[in-house]
Amino acid sequence: MATQKEVVFAGFGGQGVMTAGQLLAYTAMEEGKQVIWIPSYGPEMRGGTANCTVVVSDNRIGSPVINTPQSACIFNRPSLDRFGATIKKGGLLLINSSLIDITSERDDITEVLVPCNDIASKVGSARVANMVMLAAYVAATDIVSFKTLKKMLTEKLGSRKKELLEINYKAFDEGRKLGKKIADKG
Amino acid sequence: MAKKLMKGNEALGEAAIAAGALNYFAYPITPQSEVAEYLCWRLPQVGGNFVQAESEVAVGNMLFGAAATGKRIFTTSSSPGISLMQEAISYMAGAHLPVVLINIMRGGPGLGGILPAQSDYFQAVKGGGHGDYRLVVLAPASVQEAVDLMIESFDIAERYLTPVMIIGDGMIGQMMESVEFPKKYRQQNDPSKSDWALTGAKGRSARVVKSLFLDGKKLEDNCLKLEAKYVEIRKNEVKYELYKVSNKNKVLITAYGTMARICQTAIDELEEEKISVGLMRPISLYPFPEKEMFKEANKPNILAILDIEMSTGQMVEDVERVTKSIKPIEFFGHTGGIVPTPEEVKDKVYEMLKKFKKDKKKS
Repeated sequence: MATQKEVVFAGFGGQGVMTAGQLLAYTAMEEGKQVIWIPSYGPEMRGGTANCTVVVSDNRIGSPVINTPQSACIFNRPSLDRFGATIKKGGLLLINSSLIDITSERDDITEVLVPCNDIASKVGSARVANMVMLAAYVAATDIVSFKTLKKMLTEKLGSRKKELLEINYKAFDEGRKLGKKIADKG
Repeated sequence: MAKKLMKGNEALGEAAIAAGALNYFAYPITPQSEVAEYLCWRLPQVGGNFVQAESEVAVGNMLFGAAATGKRIFTTSSSPGISLMQEAISYMAGAHLPVVLINIMRGGPGLGGILPAQSDYFQAVKGGGHGDYRLVVLAPASVQEAVDLMIESFDIAERYLTPVMIIGDGMIGQMMESVEFPKKYRQQNDPSKSDWALTGAKGRSARVVKSLFLDGKKLEDNCLKLEAKYVEIRKNEVKYELYKVSNKNKVLITAYGTMARICQTAIDELEEEKISVGLMRPISLYPFPEKEMFKEANKPNILAILDIEMSTGQMVEDVERVTKSIKPIEFFGHTGGIVPTPEEVKDKVYEMLKKFKKDKKKS
């Protein structure tokens, strides 16, 4: 059980939360792990919010439904309201502080502010905010290696958008720096 | 072929192609519209045909006509859509036609909702249409199993000349998992050598495919012919999986599809607390693993059976029937798209064990 890692990505439609989750899932599979990616497709999707859960494990995965995830990457305020309280005790919460000006007010989890949109704009495109977040999460948890993550991103984006690839790499680097600080603190 | 990360719905579409089934009739409905979305570009690549019908009633009748040609044909839909096809399903069963039907179940009754459910067990297993017929009903618990069963269902449908239905809850369709397809895809079948398909009567006597028999004796003969097939199916096609079943188990959980996986997580966590629980997961819901479930239920270490479903209790009636209620049977479920959690499953097990302790003290 200890080998299983679960994370929720949640935000507005268009913030790239599904893509971030999928990229993590592709990467984990590439590294030979068992993986499930499950999206919300219910009525809440019609309201403009989107979320997905990724489960990564060395062993066969049981329940694909995770009600209390170990980690969450939260991109907007409504998602914090919904998922903030569900994170497992001792878990990890990454908050997109560019758009969310409050915290979960929980003292039993590690909470990290990641100004995703600000960093993304700084490196060249607001669209890579999701990659800043993903990199911060990956660096904080070591769930997959950055080498494979970059490889899978390159594969998925393809060679047709070289300049986009560079911006994504920069987003990775910035997110990674933030995430590494969390990991170092333990 | 290398492993791919695929959504259940898309994987089902690809699996049909792997089985050489290139004729697909459908009408979109959540939570399985991605099958049609996938096949509308994928089928033309392999020389297949995708007809989007004007309604599920039309889909059912298109299947009926197409199946009579002996080609491998299939549809995918979700609960309300499957209800609309019931007339044609009954006709196809009566006319001994092979067809594969997928129901990615959502909550009902009526238009219900779009969230995952398992509330069409009765409809699939006990016959949603009229008359003395059965469907072979298979229930996958992972994307890989959905692919494997999809490919196999075409063989089963042809072997027995019968409709086969795969039922999965919305999650099976929506989640992405790694999946492998066979290295070699099957060629589209050639019905010209079949002794029943309507392939054009030039040079041979005409064939009739029908379910209408006005003469009582002839209709009974047809029903007995069907029943003889179901006897064979019950003998040969039973599929199930046991998880952590041992002589230390106190409780035997019965669950199918995604629900069984949720129960596995509960069982793993209970094991860490030194509470031994086993799982029997029927994969074929018809034929139901009757003898096998009775055998597991009858073991002296099993105090009780706990059936868990995403419904208000449907398969539990088969569990009661086949175990002859030799042990106390409890049910727990949620429906409407609410999915029972591992915590709730564990709580139910605690509650049952507590009751047994109390009863023991009393006696």
